Amino acid sequence: MMAEELISVVWQKPEVENQSTDGLLEKSAKIMAENIHAYFGAVHALKGISLKIHANSVTAIIGPSGCGKSTFLRSINRMHEIIPGSRITGKILLDNVDIYSMDAVFVRRRIGMVFQKPNPFPTMSIYDNVAAGLKMNGVRNRKTLDEIVEQSLQKAALWDEVKDSLSKSGVSLSGGQQQRLCIARALAVNPEVLLMDEPASALDPISTAKIEELIYELKKSYTIVIVTHNMQQAARVSDETAFFYIGELIEFDETKKIFTAPSKKQTEDYITGRFG
Amino acid sequence: MTSSHTIHRGDLAKTSASGRNVSDLVFKNLAMFFAALILVLIVVMVAEMWNSSALSREKFGLSFLTRSIWDPVREEYGALPFIYGTLVSSTLALIIALPLSLGIAIFLSEITPPWLERPVSFFVELLAGIPSIVYGIWGFFVLVPWIRSDIEPILSSSLGFIPLFRGAPYGIGMLAAGLILSIMVLPIISSISRDVLKAVPRAQKEAALALGSTRWEATKIALSYSRSGIIGALILGLGRALGETMAVTMVIGNRPTISASLFEPGYTMASVLANEFTEATSQMYLSALIEIALVLFVITIIVNSFARLLVWSVTKHGDAARRQ
Amino acid sequence: MVMQPADNNGMSFRFYWRKSKSITMYMLSGLSALIAIIPLVLIFYYTLSLGLSAINWDFFTQLPKPVGESGGGLANAIVGTLILVGLGSCISLPVGIMAGIYLSEFGNNPFGMGVRFLTDVLNGVPSIVTGVVAYTMIVIPMGHFSAYAGGVALAILMIPTITRTTEEMLKTVPQSYREAALALGISRWKTSLRIVVRTAMGGIITGIMLAVARAAGETAPLLFTALNNRFWHTSLDQPIASLTVFIYNYGVSPFDDWIAQAWAGALVLMLMILVLSIAVRIATRSRYEER
Repeated sequence: MMAEELISVVWQKPEVENQSTDGLLEKSAKIMAENIHAYFGAVHALKGISLKIHANSVTAIIGPSGCGKSTFLRSINRMHEIIPGSRITGKILLDNVDIYSMDAVFVRRRIGMVFQKPNPFPTMSIYDNVAAGLKMNGVRNRKTLDEIVEQSLQKAALWDEVKDSLSKSGVSLSGGQQQRLCIARALAVNPEVLLMDEPASALDPISTAKIEELIYELKKSYTIVIVTHNMQQAARVSDETAFFYIGELIEFDETKKIFTAPSKKQTEDYITGRFG
Repeated sequence: MTSSHTIHRGDLAKTSASGRNVSDLVFKNLAMFFAALILVLIVVMVAEMWNSSALSREKFGLSFLTRSIWDPVREEYGALPFIYGTLVSSTLALIIALPLSLGIAIFLSEITPPWLERPVSFFVELLAGIPSIVYGIWGFFVLVPWIRSDIEPILSSSLGFIPLFRGAPYGIGMLAAGLILSIMVLPIISSISRDVLKAVPRAQKEAALALGSTRWEATKIALSYSRSGIIGALILGLGRALGETMAVTMVIGNRPTISASLFEPGYTMASVLANEFTEATSQMYLSALIEIALVLFVITIIVNSFARLLVWSVTKHGDAARRQ
Repeated sequence: MVMQPADNNGMSFRFYWRKSKSITMYMLSGLSALIAIIPLVLIFYYTLSLGLSAINWDFFTQLPKPVGESGGGLANAIVGTLILVGLGSCISLPVGIMAGIYLSEFGNNPFGMGVRFLTDVLNGVPSIVTGVVAYTMIVIPMGHFSAYAGGVALAILMIPTITRTTEEMLKTVPQSYREAALALGISRWKTSLRIVVRTAMGGIITGIMLAVARAAGETAPLLFTALNNRFWHTSLDQPIASLTVFIYNYGVSPFDDWIAQAWAGALVLMLMILVLSIAVRIATRSRYEER
């Protein structure tokens, strides 16, 4: 009951919150990774990554395939744990609390995720897809759900396209719409951080542009980490960029600087397309 | 406002976060408990039959398997006629069913267009869905008279020089059991063979065709490639035939004798259980019957394990080959 | 196989020989499909033509009549079969579905491999043997035959089918749906039950229906567990009639009207199974078309 009331209060006035939180959290580190090593069986996938992700900003992670960028992303909300044989050492602090000292489910509710391929639940309607996270965590009040579904779809810039067909199956939408549905689904549980694993790589250019616009909007209220193999995309959407290479963090700086004056030779080679 | 926001986000998580690890653990262990029940079930089945057959096992020992006497009046029991009947009727069934099943499997995997494949495999699967007892009365009232009036006279006049096909045409007997069993195992053997054939990598067949082979020659290559899978299918069919009860009981004649001719009546392990279990008046009689059930159980477990391993190894191999 | 242009006639003879052999073999394989369907047609024909004459209102509403009196029906047997299958389902469904969930969601380990293998093996155990086990486990301790014993025997038969179909169906659910649910902060067990199982529900129900159809057609496990009963059952710890055992008893009897009723029973049984099979077929087809 408590939770539902709180949600409805908060969801009615999102703009106010944004304004009030913006100034306060701007410079603080939302997530701190300290010396992260990841292993899959005998494979050493991440070799001592330390990284500071700022609140209400977009951090892009780039690098050639197999450099560990997805692994790093998954270690932030402990999604790597569902892969058998995976192991991680080091610390990841969310608001200065180690996420490995918390319950994984609890962590994932605060750190949402959007995947490479759109994956709406096939047996559920558009409405139920967005409401899934809330319903299964015990929110039953129809009015609250209605409001959150609408707000989430609006935030994901999908509301106008689907408001008359909320009961249709989620998989009946186009690829780009499905991906925005997945973003709305992630937003509905009101996370603080949104992880995006190449969210536009399976989409056409127009849908990609829409997702990028959306990311720009969303960073006002969320901390976003995006993995991408598309360097133009990283340059367009992100405030800061980290370059990964074979499990190591080569360089991390403001996006503008990474793409105009990288300080490491490897970064420059990658950005200018000399390898990868 | 700021604090309400952050508190709220934490609260949503916390209110339903409490005790989650416990419920996940409970769920996993509950699922594991039910999975373990299946293991327990098999152990219990063996233990029950082992204990309940103690009388018979102690009195006859291993000779139970080699004695051909079955005399409830004098309390002398031996399982040989039933083992013999079971093996002969099942073997006969496989000999009849194998070529037909392979034909169907080739037809379904290599020849038919999809629109014809669906109904044909539906009919073959339907054959698998017909209850044993319906095969039984059909066999008893339709197949047996036909065997008596047509098949057995023809066989004995043309192949009568072989002991297998000698004797009076009763209709009821080993031949009837073999025929009805062959119809019953046909769907199993053909559907698994079809799957195994379909698992043959396209490249294998196309390579043969590209070398100028005819389609049949390419099919033969596919057949040899999937040999062990087809053997697995055959053994699975054997497993079904060994344990088949009602249909066999109604057509085999139920006489515990060992005779060379397929025209003579016989008895199988399953049908002696079906026929005599409720009539078993003495402890020893019951114990001997339960020991037969135990022997049947062990034989089918060995046969099935072997077949499963074969089919598993082949389909895995096929999968791997297709992925490459 | 050295090709020589001069040997043109021989080549073309060989070629036609191989070609016609190919066609002959394929025709033979088509023929064997045809032969396989003949018994199916014959069985349907005979059960229909011999069974239909004995089917009337009384068949579904009356108790069996004693020897010598004509008429009567198998109402108690039809109800008995439903009760026995119901009992079997009550026991086998929770075990089968939960074990299937374990194998699919957590079973990627030696224990899971072992259970998977033994479930397949259990699937091949003759049905009469499950009857013997139910007899020693339940009938002997209770001292008499009962519906419970019959239900247990059927349950042992149903468990492997339900377990393996549940597992296979859950495995067809793409990993990405599990990831999506977990990333929403949905706990593992809710993900399994409310996302994964729900997605695969159609297939699981199909598997359950197949197991039910198979159990409804079983005779051997009931012969000395549920036994038979010419009257309405009074309680579940008493012997109970079933359609299949009646078909057996009437089929081997010397009385013409009993034999006719056996055929009628067979017809009812076949129709039940046919309807189930077609329903399953339709259910699976629509699922394929969605993809």
